[in-house]
Amino acid sequence: MSDKVIYAMYGDDDVLKSSAKKLVSNGVKISEVYSPFPIHGIDPIIGIKGTRLGIMAFLYGLTGLALATFGMYYFMVVEWKMNIGGKPNFSYAENVLAFIPVSFEFTVLCAAHGMAITYLLLNRTLPGMPAQNPDPRTTDDKFVMEIRLSENHGVTEDKLDELLKDTGFVELDKKIIE
Amino acid sequence: MQKEAAIREPLILGNKTYHDVTEDVCRPIEGKAPKMWYILFAIALIVGLYGVGSILYLLGTGIGVWGLNKTIGWAWDITNFVWWVGIGHAGTLISAVLLLFRQKWRMAINRSAEAMTIFAVFMAGTFPLIHMGRLWVGYWVLPLPNHFGSLWVNFNSPLLWDVFAISTYLSVSLVFWYIGLIPDFATIRDRAKKPVAKRMYTILSFGWSGRAKHWNRFELVSLVLAGLATPLVFSVHSIVSFDFATSVIPGWHTTIFPPYFVAGAVFSGFAMVQTLLLVMRKAMNLEAYIHTKHVEYMNIVIMVTGSIVGTAYITELFISWYSGVEYEAYAFLNRATGPYWWAYWSMMTCNVISPQLMWIRKLRRSLLFTFFISIVVNIGMWFERYVIIVTSIHRDYIPAAWSMHYPSHIDIAVYIGTIGLFFVFFLLFARYFPVLALNEVKTILKGSGQSYKESPDYHKHH
Repeated sequence: MSDKVIYAMYGDDDVLKSSAKKLVSNGVKISEVYSPFPIHGIDPIIGIKGTRLGIMAFLYGLTGLALATFGMYYFMVVEWKMNIGGKPNFSYAENVLAFIPVSFEFTVLCAAHGMAITYLLLNRTLPGMPAQNPDPRTTDDKFVMEIRLSENHGVTEDKLDELLKDTGFVELDKKIIE
Repeated sequence: MQKEAAIREPLILGNKTYHDVTEDVCRPIEGKAPKMWYILFAIALIVGLYGVGSILYLLGTGIGVWGLNKTIGWAWDITNFVWWVGIGHAGTLISAVLLLFRQKWRMAINRSAEAMTIFAVFMAGTFPLIHMGRLWVGYWVLPLPNHFGSLWVNFNSPLLWDVFAISTYLSVSLVFWYIGLIPDFATIRDRAKKPVAKRMYTILSFGWSGRAKHWNRFELVSLVLAGLATPLVFSVHSIVSFDFATSVIPGWHTTIFPPYFVAGAVFSGFAMVQTLLLVMRKAMNLEAYIHTKHVEYMNIVIMVTGSIVGTAYITELFISWYSGVEYEAYAFLNRATGPYWWAYWSMMTCNVISPQLMWIRKLRRSLLFTFFISIVVNIGMWFERYVIIVTSIHRDYIPAAWSMHYPSHIDIAVYIGTIGLFFVFFLLFARYFPVLALNEVKTILKGSGQSYKESPDYHKHH
């Protein structure tokens, strides 16, 4: 099914933001915004929810902590009670102080890497992936708003042109994609 | 857009647009390298290869080639290790701690400071690995199932904590750095004209698009990584200090070590950042982004951490007397007045007196003076580790075993070699990587750029 996509390019983040506000208040659904840096405040306007990666990081951290705790318990208390200065490791609790540094480090290790990998996978950004931005200038100083007609049933193309007309874009591009 | 007080000095000088920021950072990467770069690179490479050769000789012959003896079993190797790890503390501190504190001046310096951190930790990691003598069994430090029966590594040992701390620190710093680099690589990718460069930067940029949702995730990931990296920075050098503090050697057995080592690490790390950035900003024409105000901020950090270090030195001295333990008292008396007095007083001069000069506004805003002090601090912090390590063990409980440490030429070559390798890495970074977090800098342009701050519209529409 073919779809018509409108790319409105802006030269300033604040201009794009006020334009997005105007469009959204007229019932337009903005599919995507491409920008060279994070535009603060754009997310609620175009309806992007906050990411839950933070929760993921916490869960990865918990996993790391559990693994470290279990590992040290098994190595030092169960399998081989290492006897240092006549003080073998009879129980985990008696030795927990010595296990804190590694528990901490391993928690951080798992949380950070787990989150980073999840982030890259969610973004589909992996080594060798082709560039996905509609215009190479969006990583320099241009800001592009993407509107798909298939996602805007209530608003006609003419109405969109009308709405976009005075928003101060620098370029307007229309593409048919399959 | 966030506004800031008019009285604050702008962080970006001149009349810059978003495009100018891209241009200024990408130009040195896209153009030809200056002749000076090739000269420095050649020198660094020769020195680095000399170090690699010495390491190979060391591995082939055994660690007997170092100037160690029965009394002094730890000397240059661990000194260099702690020195490099300490230097490797500024980068993550700048990007993580300053991010949590919302210090915008970090944006101009965090990229190169973090690169420096990673390369410094590489160099640090070399020393514990080569001191094993048999590098090829280095993986024995990991708790792996093995054919020796129930033989595991000792989780009660601070040396093992170090393995976990350093490897976590290195890999997390690397990831933090790289996640910030991806959007900037995309900028270079989208500008690249030559096919090879285009291909390389496409691979490096992971297909970054700049979608709003991705930026949303990017900001959260940066924040959470900063939150994780902040305690990590503090833990790493605390754990390095445990290598000494948990021992029973007078002069090492000190509860003040963790905070004192962390402050010292930040102190030396910032000094190294100053050394590198003062040259880099000039060579790459980045004076508009890294200017006197940034240097002054860093000098204030050097002053504060230097004062903490100075206080720690004096506290240590006082406690050695107050403890009433004669061995403890002797260890410190011997440092100051024994055969290593020159090392002790070099350390005192470089680390206690020199940062105090930063109270004078004129001096801390002088780039030449800052460069000089940064070198002095780097030297002083090397001596600090040498003093702590060697002077504490060279005269132990039995006077018959007293000894002196004389570095062998391999000791010196390995150390100098790591400095060469460090500069090889840093010069390659400066040549091919965006040395400034250019897309992050764009976010502060309207709030902290000079032309914006001075425009009449700036203080309207709040």
